[in-house]
Amino acid sequence: MLIEHAKIMKALAAVGEIVGRKKLQKMIYIAKKIDFPFYEKFDFHFYGPYSEELTLRIEELCNLGFLHEVKEKKGGYYQYRYMLTESGEEFLSHYELDMPHLEDCLRDMNEQSARFLELVSTILYFEDLSKEEIKEKVFTLKSKQRYTEEEIEQAHSYIEQLRSKVKKEVRT
Amino acid sequence: MYPNEKLSEEKVFKDPVHRYVHVRDKVIWDLIGTKEFQRLRRIKQLGTTYLTFHGAEHSRFNHSLGVYEIVRRIVDDVFDGRDDWDRNERLLCLCSALLHDLGHGPFSHSFEKVFHLDHEHFTRAIILGDTEVNAVLRRVSDDFPKKVAEVIAKTYPNKLVVSLISSQIDADRMDYLLRDAYYTGVSYGHFDMERILRVMRPREDQVVIKRSGMHAVEDYIMSRYQMYWQVYFHPVTRSAEVILTKILHRAKHLYLAGYTFQTPPVHFHSLFVGNIQLQDYLKLDEAVVLYYFQQWQDEKDEILSDLCRRFINRNLFKYVEFHPTNEQMKKLMELTTLFKKAGIDPEYYLVVDSSSDLPYDFYRPGEEEERLPIYLLMPNGELRELSRESTIVDAISGKRRTDHKLYFPQDFLDDVSTKRNIKKKIKEILEG
Repeated sequence: MLIEHAKIMKALAAVGEIVGRKKLQKMIYIAKKIDFPFYEKFDFHFYGPYSEELTLRIEELCNLGFLHEVKEKKGGYYQYRYMLTESGEEFLSHYELDMPHLEDCLRDMNEQSARFLELVSTILYFEDLSKEEIKEKVFTLKSKQRYTEEEIEQAHSYIEQLRSKVKKEVRT
Repeated sequence: MYPNEKLSEEKVFKDPVHRYVHVRDKVIWDLIGTKEFQRLRRIKQLGTTYLTFHGAEHSRFNHSLGVYEIVRRIVDDVFDGRDDWDRNERLLCLCSALLHDLGHGPFSHSFEKVFHLDHEHFTRAIILGDTEVNAVLRRVSDDFPKKVAEVIAKTYPNKLVVSLISSQIDADRMDYLLRDAYYTGVSYGHFDMERILRVMRPREDQVVIKRSGMHAVEDYIMSRYQMYWQVYFHPVTRSAEVILTKILHRAKHLYLAGYTFQTPPVHFHSLFVGNIQLQDYLKLDEAVVLYYFQQWQDEKDEILSDLCRRFINRNLFKYVEFHPTNEQMKKLMELTTLFKKAGIDPEYYLVVDSSSDLPYDFYRPGEEEERLPIYLLMPNGELRELSRESTIVDAISGKRRTDHKLYFPQDFLDDVSTKRNIKKKIKEILEG
């Protein structure tokens, strides 16, 4: 019970802290797409894949005192940072979640910018299309972000790199 | 030309929410007549809510017509002739509105959760696959089915078109709030949709609302908030949902374990083995599912038959508030052990349900680039996020409220013919 909540906490425990809801959303989506067992439902939104279910789950974890949310003013907006609380760590200790390659992948993602993760998650959202079609999608749907061809290539390589991490660790 | 072909006489559907749904386009009329769209008559809009609010028997068919009608009014009566609005997108908007829920299955939410399905995947498959809907859309143009699928998937390049069907203030939400309020019979949930439509303005990426219409939007946000807590999250509906989910889990478990059903789950086969094809999916509707539940009441497996009897006869689980703190989690573990000792399988009879388990949301402005909020168009042409102008919306969206409940079969615990002391202990813990 509450296993899906525990998985999100496990993700936060793995990286220590995530700054920005957008980043958090994209990290969980990317993790789901590279086959980690997250079951939150994602839709394509203005800023790429987004899960209302995940937003609510994070709110629940904050209300329960398992996550610490810090609201910071950033320009005309607010930004939120998240980390596990002590009672969150205790709660997590009730679960044996066997996701051994998660930490490495999430730590890597956490070092990337939210903008880059938006691109990576958008590419993953359209991964059934050909590379050319994906590029076209990025240029039309993300025209305001002005991604370059080089960034798109980097994002493809990054996805491969993440996937190879998962595979490598599965083999070991 | 088929895309512009009009019916010789306008067709009018009587509708309790919008009074009339008007159809003049031949394409829309043909889509309504397809078997895939007619299937939506056999799928209830609110799933198990009819077990709480007996009027809530309305279908996804009614709702889809309602969304179509709202979009028709927006594009024909409000947007037509305005800057930023491309009249050539009209038919695409109408078709997307009508078909936006086409892929929903029976008791959609529970099925999606148990079998890890996504109704949007099936919407796309119906629109692009070998179906009557696809044949109608292809008569418009070869790439028209793809465009409709993209609008519904929110990946169509014209984001204004997408926002009519899917945004924080879209035709889908406006119809389901009004319709669900009407059919459940609740007095909250109403707002002045006509006024909102009048103050909607098209912009490059989304619909915005004239500042003068802010109070009408406040009412809509209030409606959304109240329906969320009073109808969609109703604890009795959630109890029915919990039982339904457990029936599906149990049936799948038995099937995979090689159990011999008296009524074999023929329609569920591909779901259980995780290889569902479109044609199998389309054969599933709520009449089919309820037939199996009716039959499974007599299965030899006691858990399956009991859960089915509960669902069919509305003998639902009771609940207590459950705030899963670490202390409560220890109690939950103790309860799990006691349930096992009492011979009641906790896997099926002791269930925590959280607000995040349900597919509804309320309005929150969020942080920058998290998701697109509602924007007000100020008299000087500037755009301002709604909660920055409205104290009511700011108050509602600023406060976080979540909810967890623990469900269990009270009647099993009240039956003290066996395991009397263990059940007594369980009740003591549950009563806190």
